Amino acid sequence: MIATILQKQCDVAIIGSGPAGISAAITLKKAGVDNIVVLERESEAGGIPRHCGHIAFGFKKYKRILTGLQYAKNNIEEALNLGINIQLNTTVTALGEGGKLSLVSQQGISELNAKRVLIATGTREKPRSARFVSGDRALGIYNTGALQGMVYLKQKIPFKRPLIVGTEIVSFSALLTCKKGGIKPVAMIEENPKPTVRWPIYYGAHLFGTPLFLETKINKIIGDQRVEAVILESAQGQKKSIECDGVLFTGQFTPESSLVRMSHIAFDSDTFSPSVNANGQCSDPAYYAAGNVRQLVPEKGRNAYFYTSDNPPNAVNISGMCWDQGGEVALNILESFSN
Amino acid sequence: MTKTYDIAIIGGGIVGCAVARRMTLAGAKVVLIEKSPDILAGASKGNSAILHTAFDAPEKSLELQCMQAGYAEYLDIHKSMNLPLLKTGALLAAWSPEEQAKFEGIMVKAANNGVADLKLLTTAQAQKKEPNLSNNLLAAIEVPREYVIDPWSAPLAYLTQAVENGADTLFNTEVIGGFFDDSKQEGLWLLETNNGQIKANHIVNCAGLYGDLLNKNVFGESDFEIRPRKGEFVVFDKAASKLLKNILLPIPTEITKGIVIFPTIFGNIAVGPTADEQESRADASVAKENLEMLYAFALDKIPALKHIPVTATYAGIRPATEKKHYRVKHDVKNNWVTLGGIRSTGITASLGLAQHVESLFNEQGIRFNKLASSRTPMMPNLAEHIERDWQKPGVEEIVCHCEMVTKREIKKALDGSTLPAGSMEGLKRRTRATMGRCQGFYCSARLAELTEGKFAESIAVKSDKKEGGS
Repeated sequence: MIATILQKQCDVAIIGSGPAGISAAITLKKAGVDNIVVLERESEAGGIPRHCGHIAFGFKKYKRILTGLQYAKNNIEEALNLGINIQLNTTVTALGEGGKLSLVSQQGISELNAKRVLIATGTREKPRSARFVSGDRALGIYNTGALQGMVYLKQKIPFKRPLIVGTEIVSFSALLTCKKGGIKPVAMIEENPKPTVRWPIYYGAHLFGTPLFLETKINKIIGDQRVEAVILESAQGQKKSIECDGVLFTGQFTPESSLVRMSHIAFDSDTFSPSVNANGQCSDPAYYAAGNVRQLVPEKGRNAYFYTSDNPPNAVNISGMCWDQGGEVALNILESFSN
Repeated sequence: MTKTYDIAIIGGGIVGCAVARRMTLAGAKVVLIEKSPDILAGASKGNSAILHTAFDAPEKSLELQCMQAGYAEYLDIHKSMNLPLLKTGALLAAWSPEEQAKFEGIMVKAANNGVADLKLLTTAQAQKKEPNLSNNLLAAIEVPREYVIDPWSAPLAYLTQAVENGADTLFNTEVIGGFFDDSKQEGLWLLETNNGQIKANHIVNCAGLYGDLLNKNVFGESDFEIRPRKGEFVVFDKAASKLLKNILLPIPTEITKGIVIFPTIFGNIAVGPTADEQESRADASVAKENLEMLYAFALDKIPALKHIPVTATYAGIRPATEKKHYRVKHDVKNNWVTLGGIRSTGITASLGLAQHVESLFNEQGIRFNKLASSRTPMMPNLAEHIERDWQKPGVEEIVCHCEMVTKREIKKALDGSTLPAGSMEGLKRRTRATMGRCQGFYCSARLAELTEGKFAESIAVKSDKKEGGS
């Protein structure tokens, strides 16, 4: 059910209805914890996979290849069938001591006292601003997440001939999303001598006829109202201008962890994640964290225990890994109740 | 027959908006002409939003006079229009003995400028006020009444008040030339624009970065020359706001006020500006090396900033001139007032400059019938320290999660206000949508939907595909 009345307390509040959050909710519910609430700030549940109208999701869980959209839908249906309460359009505005959450929803501002809280707020890509890229601040500069939202959720496109920056797994998703939207990228660039992930990028770039320039970075973005061109720079310092009407910055994931950063909870300022023990428990024992907010998708150059360019991942593993971790942390939460 | 205005103001930056308000309230029939689709498209779009006491302004200058008058008027009117004021205070920090040696001169100048409340702080006192500053701090001067304002809501409020009391606005309208008919007693300007002719008895040139070119176009010459000076800024995420309460001013040099680290009204910490002279009046691009320099500068002064992500970067262009002072002139014979060379202090001085324009008219015996009563608009609040829209009842949807912008705020800025947004930039400045840490990762799709068909340049473009996506 999608609840409309806000409750004042619960056993477990889960922040975020992506794979980690929903998996935890289902695990807890099946284990007999009834008073669970999933808090979702968007008007639809499902998290980031919901933006991904392309494959390949859910293989591990459903034994077949799904689009992100179908995968998210399946997850949410399973949760709703179990009677899990998912509150949409509900934003957590502060994490208080001992599980006291400040919320805003269509019912206004309220507080929720949760015995345990699972932080499953996911991850996002680093925007152009935080990458210190030179040039104009024109229309047409986005991350993959924004592009996917436009193409799959709103049937709109923000550009027709963009430059794609980055060669991570998500950059492959960007190619698929462009294909879906009828967008023809002018090129894909990577600062390093090799793509971050090899097979899908070579395969994707070849499949869609997108030139891949390695050891190439942006020297300057040019555009008055809208992006008009980008000056590219090679490792040898050679520059060339390429006409395009947008720039898509892909990857360099950073946890969506501002709530934690602004709170009393210990924060790892190297990974931008909440500090957790082996159980996924935070410094305030009422709080746990799971999924990409714990930097499961490592930022390029960081200690990448999950995948590297020499150890290419399978796209399905990313959301699958969040799903697994959500379930594991849920069991730890369960155990904490019996202690 | 076209209307004849008492005053045509050319340029919709903060100065033009303030002059429009002041002269409308003084009873003049005013039109504000702006070549862009919205206000604040030029110099006023990127600044540090500091309301200065003018403690270090040139002594006995018009700049000093206008800054102090503008400062006083802002304090006087801000509550009536729901405009925010963040009473931060400032610390003028010395990081070397050479800088500290300048303290005495600064204190003397401040006293001469009528700012008598500066206080010398020892290292310990300064560190007590700002415990996150680097240990390299030697000493500081406290300037208690330097404050922070909302750089976009303030000018929007000024022009909104003008319009609600009878002023007209013409956007997407560029003045190409003009003819002054002095055969009639009062004199009449016929301004040629891309949207036809505009008639007005008096002109106020508030064209900012293009002020000299406007005079050249109309008179064939200009007695000043704009030397565009770019200033870049880096904005840190809101978690940084715990690290600095005061505006951290450097010791000013001959050329510039230097790089400031300051709290913003929106709850961030920002660092800037750089000061680079350039040819272009329009190129507000950022440069990687300058952003990196600003970032390093900020971390050097406040080491804990290294744990805070960068939210945004931006640049503004100040309309400096070949001289170091404002270039204000009333060409009485030609009914033409020029407010030129209003540099970075313009945000503080704007209301004061508007007062000055009124006094220039009064000196010539030009008077209007002051409005018997006037309307005062209440502006939507975007400041972080005051109740925001999302904290009020009836929130249907939060569209931008980083800046907590509601759908209600976006609808109001698009359709429900006296001066609706004329561009995406205008919408961002009115609501803060996409200006937060994710820069539109989460909300661009929803915004593309909400703004469809509203602007000449929108988020979404038309697809080449025959049928739409599915």
